[in-house]
Amino acid sequence: MFRNNYDNDSVTYSPTGRLFQVEYALEAIKQGSAAVGIASSSHVVLVALKRNVEELGSYQKKIIKVDDHMGIALAGLAPDARVLSNYLRKQAMNSKLVFNRPLPTSKAVLLIADKAQENTQLYGSRPYGVGLLVAGWDETGAHLYEFQPSGSVLEYFGTAIGARSQAARTYLERNLDSIRSCDQIEDLIVHGLSALRDTLSQDMELTIRNTTVSVVGKDKSFTVYDDEDVQQWLNKLDSTSNTRNNEDDDNDDNNAEGADTNETAAAEGEGEGAGEQPPADEDRMETD
Amino acid sequence: MNHDPFAWGRPRDEVYGAYNHAIASAGVKEASDIPTAHTQQPIITGTSVLGLKFKNGVAIAADNMGSYGSLLRFSNIERLIRVGKETIVGISGDISDLQHIERLLHQLETEEEIYDTDGGHNLRAPHVHEYLTRLLYNRRLKMDPLWNAVIVAGFNDDRTPFMRYVDLLGVAYGALALATGFGSHLAIPLLRKLVPYDLDFEKVTEEEAREAMLNSMRVLYYRDARAGDKFSLVVLTVEDGKVDLKFEKGVKVENQSWKFAEKIIGYGSKQL
Repeated sequence: MFRNNYDNDSVTYSPTGRLFQVEYALEAIKQGSAAVGIASSSHVVLVALKRNVEELGSYQKKIIKVDDHMGIALAGLAPDARVLSNYLRKQAMNSKLVFNRPLPTSKAVLLIADKAQENTQLYGSRPYGVGLLVAGWDETGAHLYEFQPSGSVLEYFGTAIGARSQAARTYLERNLDSIRSCDQIEDLIVHGLSALRDTLSQDMELTIRNTTVSVVGKDKSFTVYDDEDVQQWLNKLDSTSNTRNNEDDDNDDNNAEGADTNETAAAEGEGEGAGEQPPADEDRMETD
Repeated sequence: MNHDPFAWGRPRDEVYGAYNHAIASAGVKEASDIPTAHTQQPIITGTSVLGLKFKNGVAIAADNMGSYGSLLRFSNIERLIRVGKETIVGISGDISDLQHIERLLHQLETEEEIYDTDGGHNLRAPHVHEYLTRLLYNRRLKMDPLWNAVIVAGFNDDRTPFMRYVDLLGVAYGALALATGFGSHLAIPLLRKLVPYDLDFEKVTEEEAREAMLNSMRVLYYRDARAGDKFSLVVLTVEDGKVDLKFEKGVKVENQSWKFAEKIIGYGSKQL
């Protein structure tokens, strides 16, 4: 029999007032690899973990530049992110042409939020299956927003989306004060990479192939670092593999922080049961 | 069927013979060589708008007359439109098009407010001017212009005075002193006498600017048959990054000199 009668389309409310199709779209984000965003008062950094389908394949792009002052990182269905980023690019160019003014970050996210929301109340359409971190620098300063296919956007000092992103959020919560007071771009990127590193599964590490970094802010137009250009940032990390796994592999070189990191792992298990182990294969779609 | 764009959809003459327009008294409408033009002519019009930059601000003025040809039909038309906190748009030319622009600008203002949830993103004069330039040029390209000449006054992002012109052709320029219509013939020479060079607008004080504007409005009332003696004057000033906007309505042209008139008699030989 039917497990659920209320999840066939995005216009049907369940008896408890939920939109299951929208909730499934949110699941698609959790299937994608992680992306982390952090903001100081003057800059925003986006870092993301790229995935390849197979050894011989290339790694799917995770960060898209929108304009000189704005860019996004994605987790979920990459084609949906392309649709949304193309729309943002159009809006950014329109703002320049018609008003001779860069598109404000807050306006940009509300524009895509309106677009996503429309898809949650029209029959025949589907919600976007992608989550975005939007980074921008405008006349009111540095901004980091998280966009969800439900049409909700929230501003953050630091956040993460995608698989195992809870671990990164835990890192960000613990280091919020030093992240907010960063006045060097380098320090902010190192914090971003440290957070991203915590989302790695066992036997994985950050490499120049799977890591992508971007920054935007005061006197710095949106810049993406990929491949060889990432090495300079990876060099600044003490280790490129997951700190928790280091501890598992070789207990002896890591002692004082032992208790601390165990706690992190526990908290993470609690917060994200489903994201940790992706569901069985038949219910999976290709996400990045 | 004829696929010539100028005779699209009609039967082909060489196959069916020329169409008989007498059938059912169908009118003859020949295809034109040029695109359909919706150009009209201004009906109710507003005359000159004047603008002048000074040390820490901008002044802009326009009278309240709306003329129907040579008939001074409406004497209470406000032609200075405030957009946002610190931008004034002065419009001359067709009044119905002025009202259309006014509506668009207020719509724009509302939209800005809706999306600017946390405040701080202000729509300033350069943005309004760029918008109007696109609007007017776009309408001109459609051969359906908004029959106006517009002056936008306000401040740049860095709080320096901003003033720029744009008209029904989409032509845009900026200067220390700007005027539309009759004003460009009569007022600009007077305003330019104050300071000849554009970048020297910083040598003009608010009082001098105000004085020059009132003087120019008086000269225009003397010599422009479409001008009214009642006008609005807006003086925008900035101090310590804060903008002050003084919107004076119903200002009258004063200190006119007509005493000499009674001594002028006849057109040449006539005495007494």
